[in-house]
Amino acid sequence: MSQDGKRVQKKESIIKVALTLFSVYGFHKTTIPNIAKRLGMSSGNLYNYFPSKEILAQEIIKYTSEVLGAEIRKINQQKKLSTDKKIHKIVEVYFKMAVEKPEMIEYFLRVYLSHREVFVGECQRMVCVASFITEIMIFFSDGVESGDLRDQDFFSAFGLFMGYLGGMAFLNGEAMLPHSLKEYTDDISQNIYNALKT
Amino acid sequence: MSKLSKPTLLWLQSITCNGNTHSFFSHPDFVALMQKFEIIHHPILNTKYTLEDVVKGNLACDVLVLEGAFKKNGMKKMNKEIYTVAKNYAKKAKHIITAGSCATFGGMFRQYDTQSIGGFCFDDEVPNEIYKLFKKKLISIPGCPAHPRWIGSVLSMILTHRQIPLDELNRPLEIYGYNAHVGCSRSEYYEWKIDASKYGHKEGCLFYEHGCQAPFTHANCNKILWNEVSSKTRVGTPCFGCTEPTFPKKNLWHTTTLMGMPANMPIGIPKRAYLTIAGIAKSFTIKRLNEPIIKYKK
Repeated sequence: MSQDGKRVQKKESIIKVALTLFSVYGFHKTTIPNIAKRLGMSSGNLYNYFPSKEILAQEIIKYTSEVLGAEIRKINQQKKLSTDKKIHKIVEVYFKMAVEKPEMIEYFLRVYLSHREVFVGECQRMVCVASFITEIMIFFSDGVESGDLRDQDFFSAFGLFMGYLGGMAFLNGEAMLPHSLKEYTDDISQNIYNALKT
Repeated sequence: MSKLSKPTLLWLQSITCNGNTHSFFSHPDFVALMQKFEIIHHPILNTKYTLEDVVKGNLACDVLVLEGAFKKNGMKKMNKEIYTVAKNYAKKAKHIITAGSCATFGGMFRQYDTQSIGGFCFDDEVPNEIYKLFKKKLISIPGCPAHPRWIGSVLSMILTHRQIPLDELNRPLEIYGYNAHVGCSRSEYYEWKIDASKYGHKEGCLFYEHGCQAPFTHANCNKILWNEVSSKTRVGTPCFGCTEPTFPKKNLWHTTTLMGMPANMPIGIPKRAYLTIAGIAKSFTIKRLNEPIIKYKK
């Protein structure tokens, strides 16, 4: 493997460990020495990869956005799939991630949304979550174009869809749901479709 | 060039508003350029032959310029179907120029009756039954009207035997290889997704809300400008897309959106690429671009 390849791989391993620590202990309680210790490397060496905790946090949200965005992209690219089925698949993907990779959703809820002061400058607004937001935009745009979804302001639809899923993932993370997330997939998909359809 | 060697030019009108004729008069070198042709007939200039002579079908014609939409039956001049007259001269001509959107695609007049009125060789973007017959010598110069320099440059290229590369609608690529957005003085606002709040102002892009067609209209209006000085978008009016076979469109002044995202993407730009860039650009507030260029004292 080339030097560049090794560096990329190392950066990704740092991101994965830091993601887990941030999602469990929160932004402030997670420190660079904690992350370095977990990785078996020195803090100084970690700073060679990420010059600050804030920049590491920004890279993590880009990473999670790309992972989730790539999953939704696969759904968007299934052009023959009806909009209600796409909604069902997006809900499935989101809940699967909340269960299998809870740190991704937890990070979004507990770090990205709760510490807006970290995600400024080159990471403001949609910049660091562009991969994910773009796919949601394409989903909505295709849905309206096909005549399945009602034309409306993007954010009113986005808030309904993603706010709903984020809320359910939060309740699941707090162990407040009587059933598994997976069991809610059908009803929630139907609710979202009913709210957005023409 | 001796007078005898001048190529012959016949300008023939069908169903038209005269817009292209008048537009071409604005060419700064109109007289010099026209003197290089032997003008057989022109609807406004004094010419050697009258329309009555033209419809007999016996005159020489190297370059045939057609203006206006065509109707196979029922559009007579001097008791002759003008479509038949045009076809007759088209067979003789070395070059056929359809000047303006009506002669090229049917344009505004086609909207009256899409069953019987169309362009000379196209009905909108669809080649008609005579397209194959004339496609090798057909040069489309759509526009409403055609820019005087478009007609002028094509005539100059013909005079100098230059190769004229064309697109799939027979439009010269030197002119229509660009889109009307190229050279727009509002391009910074386009890049940062800042819409114009009002028409006629210096600031803002007219694409996001005001229906500007420039990013998907093939034309070099903003590159060569009109009357050497300006363009629709430069003065704060949306481009109407008049060089496209889809012209005239309904709901001008309004951008069709799908949940706030433009329904039509700029030429050749995939939706995913466009929305990625748009989302990022919108994430930043550029102070300079949100302020008036000139702050007048009250």
